Amino acid sequence: MMTTEEQTLNEILTLAAQHFKVSRDKLKPDEDFFKTLNIDSLQALDLLTRLENHFHVEMPDYELQGVTDFRTLASRIQARL
Amino acid sequence: MLDLRQYPSLGAALRDALEHWPNETCLIEADRDKEKTRLTYSDFKELARPLTRALQDADFREGDRAAIIMSNQSKWLVSAYAVFFCGGVLVPLDFKLTAAEHLQLLAHSKAKFLIVEYYLWRAIMQSPEFKKHGVKTVLVTEAPLRADLGGAYRWEDFHRKGDPIFIDRQREDVACIVYSSGTGGSPKGCVLTHENYLEQCTSLTAWYPFWPGVRYLSILPTNHAIDFMVGFIGPFVCGACVVHLRTLRPEYVRDAFVRYRISYMSLVPMVLKNLERGLRAKFDELPGRKRFMLNRLIALNKMLTRRRPNVKLSRRLLGQVHKAFGGQLLALFTGGAFMEPSTLQFFYDLGIPVANGYGLTEAGTALTLNDFKPFRADTVGRPLPGVELRVLSPDSEGVGEVAVHSKTVMSHYLDDPELTAETIVDGWLLTGDLGRFDFTGHLQLFGRKKNMIVTEGGKNVYPEDIETVFDGVSVKEYCVFAANYLWPLKQLGNELLFIVLRLETNQQFDGALLEDLTTRNRRLPDFKRVGGYLVWPKDFPRTASLKIKRATLAEEIGKTTDRAAIIQL
Repeated sequence: MMTTEEQTLNEILTLAAQHFKVSRDKLKPDEDFFKTLNIDSLQALDLLTRLENHFHVEMPDYELQGVTDFRTLASRIQARL
Repeated sequence: MLDLRQYPSLGAALRDALEHWPNETCLIEADRDKEKTRLTYSDFKELARPLTRALQDADFREGDRAAIIMSNQSKWLVSAYAVFFCGGVLVPLDFKLTAAEHLQLLAHSKAKFLIVEYYLWRAIMQSPEFKKHGVKTVLVTEAPLRADLGGAYRWEDFHRKGDPIFIDRQREDVACIVYSSGTGGSPKGCVLTHENYLEQCTSLTAWYPFWPGVRYLSILPTNHAIDFMVGFIGPFVCGACVVHLRTLRPEYVRDAFVRYRISYMSLVPMVLKNLERGLRAKFDELPGRKRFMLNRLIALNKMLTRRRPNVKLSRRLLGQVHKAFGGQLLALFTGGAFMEPSTLQFFYDLGIPVANGYGLTEAGTALTLNDFKPFRADTVGRPLPGVELRVLSPDSEGVGEVAVHSKTVMSHYLDDPELTAETIVDGWLLTGDLGRFDFTGHLQLFGRKKNMIVTEGGKNVYPEDIETVFDGVSVKEYCVFAANYLWPLKQLGNELLFIVLRLETNQQFDGALLEDLTTRNRRLPDFKRVGGYLVWPKDFPRTASLKIKRATLAEEIGKTTDRAAIIQL
């Protein structure tokens, strides 16, 4: 069954919460995750690797360039599913 | 190593390097855990030959400018070599800029040729300003088979048979135009000569030599002054090997150390901190007894290498740690941004020396570097051979502006004689950085006189470059500043950009304005964002031509307001 973008987004939020050991409720789809999680771009790339493994997709680093919120990240991943 | 004193140009030195070590590996390109390319110096020459000939047949002549916009990879170096072989001028642009910024710098540099990676070219073609670009010939790398290239050529097909003609240049001729900053204000194109690069390479390799068999891991983009020198020119003129990794993902960076048995690597503070975090996490996972043993060994290593590093000894004492770095690591290089002394010390205590240095694009690559005689985590090292530094108008603590006189200092800023005259005075380049020398001749930095920040990723950000994103915001006027420019901390770090807002009469700072500022701010790359705002109660001072008098405004705000008044955005 095809995963919807909303489902992808929810899974990303859950995985990000696990990865950075924060409460799932703290993460909002449209907020700047660099700021909310207090992470740098390398830590964001680490998360991307985890997401790739989960969704079985491969994304070049530049796909994350300019992405600062989970919703945009979800749409980039959804485009490759 | 080639004797660079004998060479008039980078092109001549690189050409001889390819002849000198034909069977040595010069370049490995890896993407994640896959090796994509492995070239000997002889392979490199054969790969560059048809491209160089095709460039010449396409009327690329001596002194013509060719821009490169690519992430770090073998085609970057092959293309740069071809440009130098033709006697051309290289314009390495930061691939992380936006398409509009790329177009602006292409126009400013008057580049005639452009060599660009496909995904970046696609963004440039979609830019509203695309039609205005003045580049004559565009070569696109790695384009999908049926991709619309908008009249550009495929790099991989841009070949011509026959030997190209080598065009030599003189030492005083221009080798590169490198943009030390941006785009929003007036671009600062540093015009660097062949002499600048040859001298810089000579002085750097005097302290940190390369030789055949040495492997340098390149993760910084090659357009970056440091990587251009220590990830291209330096290794090549010494017969060493550059390993390009096309991802910054920490797990693959760690893997590359082991897979390719890396000897040297340059990195920005953000990457070094990431490595530190990874190591500390691993140490924390160790059972109590092993952790105790490790701590004892680290303490012993620290004691035995107090005066100078002893990599062989450290490898014996802390074998597991060094194995995780491939077992051949000699040193890491860092510079360009504030590096916490505790991080440098952490690695040094493990027997992994991190040579912290200081430099700026205007002066080639590096001016000072730690020579580990002994290691000093609190300084940026001593001046490299051939580099003369002075501290101008020192205060009671000996702190003043650092000025440099060296053969590595750029010729001028492109098309900006006024800024050049302000920056290079009587042969001394005024760096805008505040520093002092300690009694052992090490330079300590204390911040800067300039209105700018340097991020942990090593990027220079000038407020003028990001102000355009706030164009049209509903206030009377606004201006962006670096907090340390207004309130000098006399130390590095704590970099923050903030926006000063002058509201209209009777206007209140409300939720709508806050949302507008936040939305606009998020359009900027994360490292360029402003971190806060300050509402200022007076009109901004302006010149006769109505430009904001930034220095006057900064002084006024700095004297009458506290840094704590900045509200987080």
